[in-house]
Amino acid sequence: MIAWIRSLGRSGLGTLQVLGRSGTFVVQSLCGVPKLNKALPLLNQQLYAVGVLSLPIIIVSGLFIGMVLSLQGYTILVDYGSEQAVGQMLALSLVRELGPVVTALLFAGRAGSSLTAEIGLMKATEQITSLEMIGVDPLRYIIAPRLLAGFISLPMLTLIFNVVGIGGGYLVAVDWLGVYDGSFWSNMQNATDFKNDVMNGIIKSIAFAFTVSWIAVFQGYDLVPTSEGIGRATTKTVVYSSLAVLGLDFILTAVMFGDF
Amino acid sequence: MRKKTLELSVGLFMLAGFISLAVLALNVSGLNLAQEKGSYTIYASFENIGGLTARSKVTVAGVTIGRVVNISLDKDSFSGIVEMSINKDYNTFTTDTAAAILTAGLLGEKYIGLVSGADEEFLQDGGRIDDTQSALVLEDLIGQFLFNKVNE
Repeated sequence: MIAWIRSLGRSGLGTLQVLGRSGTFVVQSLCGVPKLNKALPLLNQQLYAVGVLSLPIIIVSGLFIGMVLSLQGYTILVDYGSEQAVGQMLALSLVRELGPVVTALLFAGRAGSSLTAEIGLMKATEQITSLEMIGVDPLRYIIAPRLLAGFISLPMLTLIFNVVGIGGGYLVAVDWLGVYDGSFWSNMQNATDFKNDVMNGIIKSIAFAFTVSWIAVFQGYDLVPTSEGIGRATTKTVVYSSLAVLGLDFILTAVMFGDF
Repeated sequence: MRKKTLELSVGLFMLAGFISLAVLALNVSGLNLAQEKGSYTIYASFENIGGLTARSKVTVAGVTIGRVVNISLDKDSFSGIVEMSINKDYNTFTTDTAAAILTAGLLGEKYIGLVSGADEEFLQDGGRIDDTQSALVLEDLIGQFLFNKVNE
């Protein structure tokens, strides 16, 4: 019994230590004020690796999710003779929920895992230690650009995902199923509010961006530097960030759209 | 060369993000900055506003000319005060204009319909409509119907 309570305490202390380590880690890597002319090329490179290279998967899945939503919505709404409401359903579900969440999940799988593996391999091959030896702060040189690139690119990807999704839904609803063009857009514009829907979606995606890149980069920096450790940390990144995104999404939705 | 294409693609990526934001703002949420400026406010008090909400339409002959900005309760008369913002181009409503809360379809959204009167004077900014017709409440209607049946 006492041993069980001790093990509980040990795991609690361990969790607390990891949390504290990751907190000081993210603060330290973001607090150093960088020289702009040196930092921008580094950030650019990471924006390319994290953002631009994630574009294909985001665009393709956005297109298909929009098309499927439109098709499903149409088959249900047409029974009630209100198939024009497809536009409204499409825009609200994409902008409020599916856009930020699905993009964050895809981002965790595509960019988060590769960030973890990259930093992990740097640690395993002792590149990070060598940087410290020659007097370069790895937090500022390696970690900070990757964190910032994550913060910037995920909201951008979410916006692109939303627009592509609505475009895909428009294709299916209007061009294929023959919903009237004008009522599709006007229903959408009547139902969607810029501040309440679009801005809240963006705020959500910024929160997700922070969570996913933090988890990904910290898992890479904190892993056991063996090939097995890298594999485990990559899995952890995807699992933890997916769970964190879904849980955080519920809380944010309750705060933003719930009536209390 | 390699660096140039990298910077170009990152620039295009950022540009695509900002364009998407503009599309979401203008095309999807119908944000219209110009329309907000040229409008004036009128008030109307209803005995029962039913399911009317802020941002509901204000129409004349089915044409949307403004929207509901705010709904509040008058503490003295216990009637609902509806604040409407009307496009400045349509400023020729007479002081005896009638306002009614209507329903789009059987179960659709509530909106306000205005019918202009025959008076000589026009409603000014902050003016008030006196001739109002409340929202149709289905429960009241059913209650009346049942009451009449019983009386028969």
